[in-house]
Amino acid sequence: MATLQLLRGAEMLKQGAEGRVYRAEFLGKPAVIKQRFPKRYRHPELDEKLTHRRTMQEVRSIARCRRAGISTPVVYFVDYSCSCIFLEEIVDSQTVRDFIASARRSSSRSDQELQRLAELTGRILAKMHDEDVIHGDLTTSNMLLRRSADSSELELVLIDFGLSYISALAEDKGVDLYVLEKAFLSTHPNTEPLFQQLLGSYSASSKKSSAVIKKLEEVRLRGRKRSMVG
Amino acid sequence: MGAPLVTVAIVARTVAQLWGKPLLGVNHCIGHIEMGRLITKANNPTVLYVSGGNTQVIAYSQRRYRIFGETIDIAVGNCLDRFARVIKISNDPSPGYNIEQLAKRGKRYVELPYTVKGMDVSFSGILSYIEEAANKMLSADQCTPEDLCFSLQETVFAMLVEITERAMAHCGSQEVLIVGGVGCNLRLQEMMGVMCQERGAKLFATNERFCIDNGAMIAQAGWEMFRSGQVTQLEDSWITQRYRTDEVEVTWRD
Ligand SMILES: Nc1ncnc2c1ncn2[C@@H]1O[C@H](COP(=O)(O)OP(=O)(O)OP(=O)(O)O)[C@@H](O)[C@H]1O
Ligand SMILES: [Mg+2]
Repeated sequence: MATLQLLRGAEMLKQGAEGRVYRAEFLGKPAVIKQRFPKRYRHPELDEKLTHRRTMQEVRSIARCRRAGISTPVVYFVDYSCSCIFLEEIVDSQTVRDFIASARRSSSRSDQELQRLAELTGRILAKMHDEDVIHGDLTTSNMLLRRSADSSELELVLIDFGLSYISALAEDKGVDLYVLEKAFLSTHPNTEPLFQQLLGSYSASSKKSSAVIKKLEEVRLRGRKRSMVG
Repeated sequence: MGAPLVTVAIVARTVAQLWGKPLLGVNHCIGHIEMGRLITKANNPTVLYVSGGNTQVIAYSQRRYRIFGETIDIAVGNCLDRFARVIKISNDPSPGYNIEQLAKRGKRYVELPYTVKGMDVSFSGILSYIEEAANKMLSADQCTPEDLCFSLQETVFAMLVEITERAMAHCGSQEVLIVGGVGCNLRLQEMMGVMCQERGAKLFATNERFCIDNGAMIAQAGWEMFRSGQVTQLEDSWITQRYRTDEVEVTWRD
């Protein structure tokens, strides 16, 4: 109840597909509250199950990633009664999506910066998969970039783990990359070489990458072989 | 499907030469989208294309209809048709229509596998679950055929609405257009409408006259192509069953 009261006065940052993201403070620290409100379009039983499962998965996978040294927001507090997660706000960050879009618009920022980003992303996804975390919704909107305080190095922060789960199967990891590939190439037209670079870095960083890339190719082929009739 | 396509291509080439008319090769899905835009006046919608053979979430950018999400195995219409066969629902006039009518009388919600991967979906898990469990549940009187139709629709349509909403959030879109045969389902339209209302977006849908495959939609897409200066040379005309939506350069939009 207290959480919902807090939301009433808070500034809404974004209405995503899963829920609403508000700006807040938690014990004096900048925070965001992600609220999964009931979706009236779906059956109440289904809605409750999905909402509960996703809130739980988000918290779990974030913890697992952080333990492995993968940057994700800290979970400050969870209120299951209203499916609200209090997360560290990644201040002064932008989505990878906006970063790529603006880098491609401006000529001053070099291709080199994009290449470094692709390399970094591949490396971090490989690390996440080595922990058997399947993100489930990899897009360039679900990755934030910030410059670390001490240097000008870019830091990649993964967010939005509601569809995540734990699996060691190469098939699941391959599909995770396939989902990213489609989202990446449709959001950022004509970036095939950049995505190739990301995959290259993924392959070089992960011990188990060859089976995953093979699955990725298989899933792609299934898509291409499917008849487009009807 | 190959044989009918070959036949129609021959007819089209013949007619074009007989009457001295320009020939235009049209992508089937683009036909659905352009007909939907014409009829509903949707300007720049996120498109959900759902039929027996296809399940895609599409948005326009930089001269292409880009596929943001799709099924990673079977199409939603295919899943519905095969379910109908499992519990012996009639084909007349179509399995999808009969499922929709039966679903209206369903009361109990039976939980089924729900598989969404980002903006992609998978229906093969639901189908194999149903193939395995449906007739057992029916003969044990745990549920009625109506309950199964209801539960299947609630589950697969929720998945479709979810990936459409995710694509809208990702693209910053405030319009949805539903096309393709499954798009005539009123329950799907109703659910999509509720989602749109919740985000202050607008839903555009058509009835079965335009949702289901029709010749006019091919003509409309061809007309748009022709107006932007395209024609297909006779020797360059071909047919294929694997023509992806994003292969077409959209020369008629900015
Ligand atoms: N910890 C954070 N710090 C700063 N900004 C954030 C944070 N978490 C989320 N955001 C912003 O809010 C947006 C939506 O967040 P998130 O992806 O978690 O929500 P969602 O509703 O699950 O989205 P989706 O539409 O992908 O399902 C992000 O793209 C980002 O811009
Ligand atoms: Mg998100």
